[in-house]
Amino acid sequence: MSFAATPMLVRLPVWRARVVLVLLLLGFVAVGGRSGYLQGVRTAFLKEEGEARYARLIEAPATRGRILDRNGEPLAISTPVKSVWAMPEELEADRRQRAALARALAMPLEALDRKLAEGAGRDFVYLKRQVPPEIAQRVAALKIPGVFEHREYRRYYPVGAVTAQVVGFTGVDDVGQEGMELAYQSRLAGTAGSRRVIKDRHGGVVEDIGAVQPAQDGADLVLSIDSKIQTLAYHALLDGVRKHRARAGAAIVLDVASGEILALVNVPSYNPNNRAKLAGAQLRNRALTDVFEPGSTLKPLTIALALETGKATPRTMIDTEGGQLTIANYTIRDAHPARAMSVTKVLQVSSNIGAAKIALSLPSEAMWDLYRRVGLGHPPELGFPGEAAGRLRHYSTWRPIEQATMAYGHGISVSLVQLARAYTMFARDGELAPITLLRNPGYASGQKILSTQTARAVRAMLESAVQPGGTGPLARIAGWRVAGKTGTAHKLENGSYAPDKYLSSFVGFAPVSAPRLITAVVIDEPSTGGYYGGVVAAPVFAKVMRGALRMLGVPLDAPAEPLELPSESEHAREST
Amino acid sequence: MAKLNLLLLAVLVACALGLVSAQHQARKLYAEREQAQTLARELDVEYGRLQLEAGTWSLPARITQTAAGKLGMQMPEPRRVRSIQLDAAGGR
Repeated sequence: MSFAATPMLVRLPVWRARVVLVLLLLGFVAVGGRSGYLQGVRTAFLKEEGEARYARLIEAPATRGRILDRNGEPLAISTPVKSVWAMPEELEADRRQRAALARALAMPLEALDRKLAEGAGRDFVYLKRQVPPEIAQRVAALKIPGVFEHREYRRYYPVGAVTAQVVGFTGVDDVGQEGMELAYQSRLAGTAGSRRVIKDRHGGVVEDIGAVQPAQDGADLVLSIDSKIQTLAYHALLDGVRKHRARAGAAIVLDVASGEILALVNVPSYNPNNRAKLAGAQLRNRALTDVFEPGSTLKPLTIALALETGKATPRTMIDTEGGQLTIANYTIRDAHPARAMSVTKVLQVSSNIGAAKIALSLPSEAMWDLYRRVGLGHPPELGFPGEAAGRLRHYSTWRPIEQATMAYGHGISVSLVQLARAYTMFARDGELAPITLLRNPGYASGQKILSTQTARAVRAMLESAVQPGGTGPLARIAGWRVAGKTGTAHKLENGSYAPDKYLSSFVGFAPVSAPRLITAVVIDEPSTGGYYGGVVAAPVFAKVMRGALRMLGVPLDAPAEPLELPSESEHAREST
Repeated sequence: MAKLNLLLLAVLVACALGLVSAQHQARKLYAEREQAQTLARELDVEYGRLQLEAGTWSLPARITQTAAGKLGMQMPEPRRVRSIQLDAAGGR
């Protein structure tokens, strides 16, 4: 007998079953509708929410390019370091743990507590940036909740103070702030990439979703600097500046053929790896950003123009008025007074009167044009931040006395790099070299400014200037013939010449038979042991030149006999 | 008809299993690649550090110091230097 037919049970009305059926159907409709709504209408939003729970955007930081010297030695290199930061809200550490943390970070506990107190309310505070990996490991080993680390790059400068002003440095965020680091920021920095990934619960990456944008690492920058010559020049300059208790100094070494700057040094310098106590004087790249009145080192330009235009020959006699010449209330004096001397002698003993007289025989426009064409009065365009243009007034405003004094480098201002570049025309048979701070070996052709004949004649005169009897015999070196010119200029202070403050300079090249290098040295305010360019700057020049020629293996062009150097500095005497 | 359906079912199951295993393989390989990339990055970092170290050891200033101090080397006097000319046939 079936259950339904049991007489004990009351027969239920049919409508109740119907109601249940309808309710069930309604339930299905509701579920179906809802799922249709979620799938069809809200799908984008829900997908996003879902992805937010497993997908992560990972930043792929770009490594900053290295800065290398011409031989591939690193001058600036980035290595990752860790920065330690905390979420003060989430930090759970008792006093003992905080003390351990402070000890690991090598900071006093009070300093740590202060940082945490300052950061209270925020959810991010740096505890210490750019710590070495071993310290970061020690911090991680403490396992304090709320203390985190993240990767950053720190820039190291292995050569340190020697290239500080050329290379410059980057700030804590790896952005160039000085020197080549600033000039080539975009090229060095590269671009950071990113990728979207799925992460599992342990933070491991499961797979990529979407397009991967790889990081573009910054390109390496190869400078023209030779770190060996650079180091040599730096130490030679430092010795010179210390010996004469000078305020500062700068030196530059140029490759005659390629126009590359092989060395560019400044004193005082600083250690770019530790910039705690930095002063503006240390930061400046004087050879590029500072201008000065060059004094006698400019005389060869005037004389070259006189030879070029046929106004004089090396043997032409100039009446030097016995050492005193007055033009419009202004008296020009010579340190080696004479009645008359040849043009060669004018350069050799650095006669101001001779140079002034030669200048006055030339049209001012021609002089101005030559100065301008050799690069005076406008920046050298090396791409270095803050390059100075110097000052070269238009010839229409020159008075005769100004034209006369400009012949020996007064009333005109130049930077050391402009001066060194101007001398390339003497070393390259009349052709001015383009100069560069980036590696670019080979012959760089430039603008022809003087005839080969004139350039060689000036070269011979410049060689006589470093012979005994000239103003710069201390610039000579055993084994190679040297040519160059001394300069001793009074410093300009508040518009007038300071009587006891000098700028001693020397610009020259070697070997004379086939010039390879130009070296220019300027020393600012030497205070002991003389101040003439021939005494202060010439020995630095000789040291740099000797070492550099040896390093480059330049063949000797003179007997390698030891030189007898003049014991007294009588000949070095000059008044500009 | 039923036979064909059964066959298709078997093919379907096989395909599904194949997909699962392929996905698993892909994940495994991906993880491996990820590890290799991490290793490459670490080696890169190490390389940078070694370059830095090499740079520091080979500083011209340090070499000069070591040569002069430890090894007692000095620049030869000009008089003791003999320079020789190589003939054109031997090259420069």
